[in-house]
Amino acid sequence: MDVYALLLSRLQFAFTIAFHIIFPSFTIGLASYLAVLEGLWLASRNPVFKTLYLFWLKIFAISFGMGVVTGVVMSYELGNNWSVFSATASPVIGPLLAFEVLTAFFLEASFLGIMLFGWRKVGPGLHFTATLLVAIGTLISAFWIISANSWMQVPAGFARTAGGGLIATDWWAVIVSPSFPTRLAHMTLAAYLTTALVVGAASAWRLLKEPDDDASTTALRMAVGMLAIVAPLQLIAGDVSGKEVRRMQPAKLAAVEAFWETRTAQPFHILAWPDMAAETNRWELSIPGLGSWITAGDARAEVTGLKAFAAKDRPPVAIVFYAFRLMVGMGVAMIGLGAWGAWLSLREGVERSRPFLRAMVAMGPTGFVAVIAGWIVAEVGRQPYVIYGVLRTADAVSPVGAGQVSASLIGFLIVYAVIFSVGALYILRLIGEGPVEGAEAPPPPLPRAPGSALAAAQQDPGGAP
Amino acid sequence: MSLDLPLIWAGIIAVAVLLYVVLDGFDLGVGILFPFAPDPRARDAMVQSVAPVWDGNETWLVLGGGGLFAAFPRAYAVILPALYLPIMAMLLALVLRGVAFEFRARGRARGKAFWTAAFAGGSLCAALSQGLVLGGFIQGLTLTDGAFAGGPFDWLTPYSVMVAVGLVAGYALLGAGWLIWRTEGELHDLARRWAGTAAGAVAMLLAGVSVATLFLHPQVAARWGFDGHGFVGANLARLAPIPLLGAAGLATIGLGLARRSHVAPFAGGLIVFLSGYLGLAVGFFPYIAPYAMTFREAANPDNALALMLVGVAVLLPVILGYTVFVYWLFRGKVTGDAGYH
Ligand code: HDD
Ligand code: HEM
Ligand code: HEM
Repeated sequence: MDVYALLLSRLQFAFTIAFHIIFPSFTIGLASYLAVLEGLWLASRNPVFKTLYLFWLKIFAISFGMGVVTGVVMSYELGNNWSVFSATASPVIGPLLAFEVLTAFFLEASFLGIMLFGWRKVGPGLHFTATLLVAIGTLISAFWIISANSWMQVPAGFARTAGGGLIATDWWAVIVSPSFPTRLAHMTLAAYLTTALVVGAASAWRLLKEPDDDASTTALRMAVGMLAIVAPLQLIAGDVSGKEVRRMQPAKLAAVEAFWETRTAQPFHILAWPDMAAETNRWELSIPGLGSWITAGDARAEVTGLKAFAAKDRPPVAIVFYAFRLMVGMGVAMIGLGAWGAWLSLREGVERSRPFLRAMVAMGPTGFVAVIAGWIVAEVGRQPYVIYGVLRTADAVSPVGAGQVSASLIGFLIVYAVIFSVGALYILRLIGEGPVEGAEAPPPPLPRAPGSALAAAQQDPGGAP
Repeated sequence: MSLDLPLIWAGIIAVAVLLYVVLDGFDLGVGILFPFAPDPRARDAMVQSVAPVWDGNETWLVLGGGGLFAAFPRAYAVILPALYLPIMAMLLALVLRGVAFEFRARGRARGKAFWTAAFAGGSLCAALSQGLVLGGFIQGLTLTDGAFAGGPFDWLTPYSVMVAVGLVAGYALLGAGWLIWRTEGELHDLARRWAGTAAGAVAMLLAGVSVATLFLHPQVAARWGFDGHGFVGANLARLAPIPLLGAAGLATIGLGLARRSHVAPFAGGLIVFLSGYLGLAVGFFPYIAPYAMTFREAANPDNALALMLVGVAVLLPVILGYTVFVYWLFRGKVTGDAGYH
């Protein structure tokens, strides 16, 4: 087998999926936020909500477009680079991905058109429905893809056929595999957190320059409220997830915590230098007993170490160990920021504290960092398997030569670098301009059909100028 | 009575791919015609005419690929590696032109010029790559033990290049037909000229591809009446409606252009595509990886196909319903100066 092709395929997959996940983590939350804004605008007719809606809609359009095109890449890459995986896993998770297309992608894509171009073309009720459907579509999409991924992590509800393939025996058990509920919760909360941090940072940036901006004040308060509630919930979901990993993927847990020996009262390593060849940590900075307490809920519990697994069944330790600490570190910082914001809200108001505004701006990108770190923990920790315990990554790769994979990898590196820098520039530029009151929505690309009933209707569904 | 699930699924995927080809075909076609637009206003009108619907159109590509993965995984697992390079080229081109919809509107002078070029270039490259994929697919894949065993450039032959050029011309024809339907004034008149040129090119290339396809594989030739010993008129007669349909499509375009009809050229383009699609499909059916793996060999177990069929039966009518609704909502002519953003 071509080891370079395998390595390059892994690099390419990791790069393209990590790039893709940046956009869903933001658009899932932003779509819900837009639905809330439009709902509030329709209910209260407070123009601030309309201003905010139209402002974030533009940023949504750019991010969503980038999410779509990078997602289309993923659905073909599974076959291009992981054909053995595709043929093996499809009898079980094929329907999950098919349902994602049927229930989510068409819904998002079709109503996106109305959401972006329909403001002056359809009534306010229908426009709100379109926003709502797009938001629901993003959540349904997360449901199915996390379902497929959870099955790869902890496979259930299947059997092996005489020919060596897989076949589903219980669809319910496949769709709701053991780790699915927690992972879906953790990922959805991650998306909401990421969005709250970006919205908060953009508003704080604005308020540092224009302290009296009404729209930004409202947006900041909403973001801080979200953060204060969701960040602690994320800690709980993450903790449950960790306890499940201990039961279902003990080798991953041992890598996450850099435990080598199986013993009671495991210490918690704050920092460590894991050495896979020497099967130990070269040095470590630890708190005794805390490791067992965090992972098993009891400081004296016995927790399995990496030496319990054959060397060929161990995931890379250092990446998983540090990615996990990065994620948790960000999570704790988010909890702190949310608590600080909540406390300020009860006193002089978040928008008045310049140190808080600066901290909010600085924390803007941390959601993305934590999401990617989290996925690295989950996916690299699952190695050397692509379907845990069933199919090894090395056996899953396509019979495609290293030359072809390097060509496509270079193509992705170049094209993604271009679209990322330009997309980021345009989004940051919009954020820099800030929400402008009375800004208008894009006009419908087509005028109303002459003589249609709508042609005579009022131009702006909101009625306000 | 039990359903023939693999056959039903072959039909569903065939319809998804056909819908992709004609729907994304016209918006890729609009991109291919971009360099011929006389001024920025015309280009803006061209983009506006497809902006609300392109994403939905491209989702049929995801259903085609995702459906192949979900229903015929063994085919998915050989076709994609066999056509690795043109598929990757197509994906990269689609990325560039997909983001160009938003980026063009956001860019200032240089940015806008760059993304205008990316929209045109991306559309053209995506169409060429799709043509190479199609040509490479129809001329047949090399398999051993159900896995792809050919070389990285098997797909690159004079035949596949001819198919690729033909597909570009075909998309340009659809794009021009769409613009005749949806625009007015100077752009509308220009689109008529583009449609005439494209229709001529399509007629020639379609004829060329049709003849060349007969030499690809004995099965194809036999289907059309040439079975190696002589000519079997009955076979050709059975399939004759397909080329006649294509001729009818071209006639519709010609008449439509002559009578200054607004819809006939687009409708004629759709008919031509339907005919070409059927003409190629009857040649390689029942193979799903020509001429080595049939759709039955590639299919998933019945329990997976049945579960998904329930989903499709419920959801596809709903999807078609709201797709039609969105098209209906954005009906009517776009004008050159309806600003965007
Ligand atoms: C938790 C969420 C999540 C995750 C883990 C993934 N995606 Fe994704 N994907 C979405 C959430 C999402 C979304 C929110 O639905 C997107 C992002 C922005 C958008 O336009 O839709 C999307 C878009 C999107 C599209 C384009 C849909 C369209 O045409 O409208 C495809 C084909 C995929 N994705 C495929 C994948 C594959 C094959 C993945 C894994 C290997 C994957 N996504 C991971
Ligand atoms: C249904 C969805 C998914 C499928 C089918 C899938 C499949 C795979 C496959 C085949 C590999 C190759 C093994 C390897 O490179 O080592 C892999 C690795 C990886 N996946 Fe997933 N994955 C899915 C979801 C995700 C998601 C949503 C992410 C989020 C970012 C992700 C992140 C990664 C990363 C970072 C690797 C690299 C691990 C490594 O190279 O060691 N995956 N996955
Ligand atoms: C606050 C403390 C946190 C803890 C204890 C925690 C715990 C975990 C654990 C144990 C996993 C691995 C699950 C597995 O492999 O099955 C994981 C994955 C993940 N984490 Fe966290 N996490 C925390 C914070 C965060 C934050 C703040 C984010 C993002 C904003 C985040 C995003 C993710 C993502 C996207 C994954 C991969 C998907 C999944 O496996 O669910 N996490 N987390």
